[in-house]
Amino acid sequence: MSEYTANVKLNTTKKGLIVRLIKDGTVIDHIPPGKGIKIAELLNLFNQDSVVIIGQNLESTKYGKKDIIKVENRFLKSEEYNKISLIAPYATINIIKNYEIVEKKKVVIPDVLEDVALCNNANCISNKEPVPSKLYVISKEPLIVMCHYCGYEFSGENIRLKT
Amino acid sequence: MKGETLKDTIETVANYVDLIVLRHPYDGAARWAADVTTNRMKRGHKKVPIINGGDGKNEHPTQAMLDLYSIKKTQKRIDGLDIAIVGDLKYGRTVHSLAYALALYDCRIRFVAPEILQIPEHIEAYLKRRNVKYTKHSKIEEVISDVDIIYMTRIQKERFPDENEYNKVRGIFKLNRSMLSKAKTTMRVLHPLPRVDEISVDVDEDIRAYYFEQAGNGIPVRMALLSLILGGEENE
Ligand SMILES: [Zn+2]
Repeated sequence: MSEYTANVKLNTTKKGLIVRLIKDGTVIDHIPPGKGIKIAELLNLFNQDSVVIIGQNLESTKYGKKDIIKVENRFLKSEEYNKISLIAPYATINIIKNYEIVEKKKVVIPDVLEDVALCNNANCISNKEPVPSKLYVISKEPLIVMCHYCGYEFSGENIRLKT
Repeated sequence: MKGETLKDTIETVANYVDLIVLRHPYDGAARWAADVTTNRMKRGHKKVPIINGGDGKNEHPTQAMLDLYSIKKTQKRIDGLDIAIVGDLKYGRTVHSLAYALALYDCRIRFVAPEILQIPEHIEAYLKRRNVKYTKHSKIEEVISDVDIIYMTRIQKERFPDENEYNKVRGIFKLNRSMLSKAKTTMRVLHPLPRVDEISVDVDEDIRAYYFEQAGNGIPVRMALLSLILGGEENE
């Protein structure tokens, strides 16, 4: 993976090249530095054959530093957008077809997280029995969620995603 | 209930009854049960309402209703009152429901508890959002002369995940008759019962003791609730 990282770093000096490295797939940009691996794990990118490139601590004009993920032949489902938004609320998703960006989307934290993340209350019915978790987003910045079942309210920093 | 899920129990029992009162060890169990019966209704079955009779360490709303009724009955109002809630505020589900209920009124709440049993953060956050006036205290003596209601709760061993934590705080609050001498004569002592030793028996003789009558108020309040839900008032 180190050679991929080096590759990505080289290419960032020439704007845009980074994106064109894959033919068809997805580029997740503007991930907070250090969170790239976590998102790749979350999306299960390591258990597949296609090319995955994770860039860490790249220079970002907007945020200082950022991580970036590029994955070939993989397009995201809407619940995956939701999951990404919880870790990287400012991420941009670029959909690449034939080396071109055909769509650019920003992730949005949804108002309700349906079966995406766990309630932080260990005694909650949703952690004790086969019950779909449901969390209401009561604040997006900072991220604060509340459990539909037990009313427990907790900060996004402590959120654990369902795998 | 040999390992049966709550969902299966509710799906089954809902065929036998018009209403379910559920007491359950897990937080949020009643809400989940209500979701299950709502989904059942969407499949064309009749409506089976759920009453939360206490879910884990979360809530006990019908107790809060009879508490409000008891407060109103003894003080003739709820707005403007100064109310102390004492004991296990962290695991005490009656306390949580009472705090949510009082947040709907204009009163001042005094949470009296040792630091480790203070009111949970998420309830405090809720009270802040609603601009409820409240303060936190560690001694009954700090509040007793000011309050209109003192709501005592017992510290329940079974709610503690750790026995050491329990041993540190057991018997920490004890209300006795001599302490009442500093209280208003119109003040009333409430308790969801059963008590252990947090109210000494000499308080029972004081005019301010109201906890046994309070328990009696559970009957009309719960009758009214059943009637409202099942439409009983039509039959009068
Ligand atoms: Zn919960």
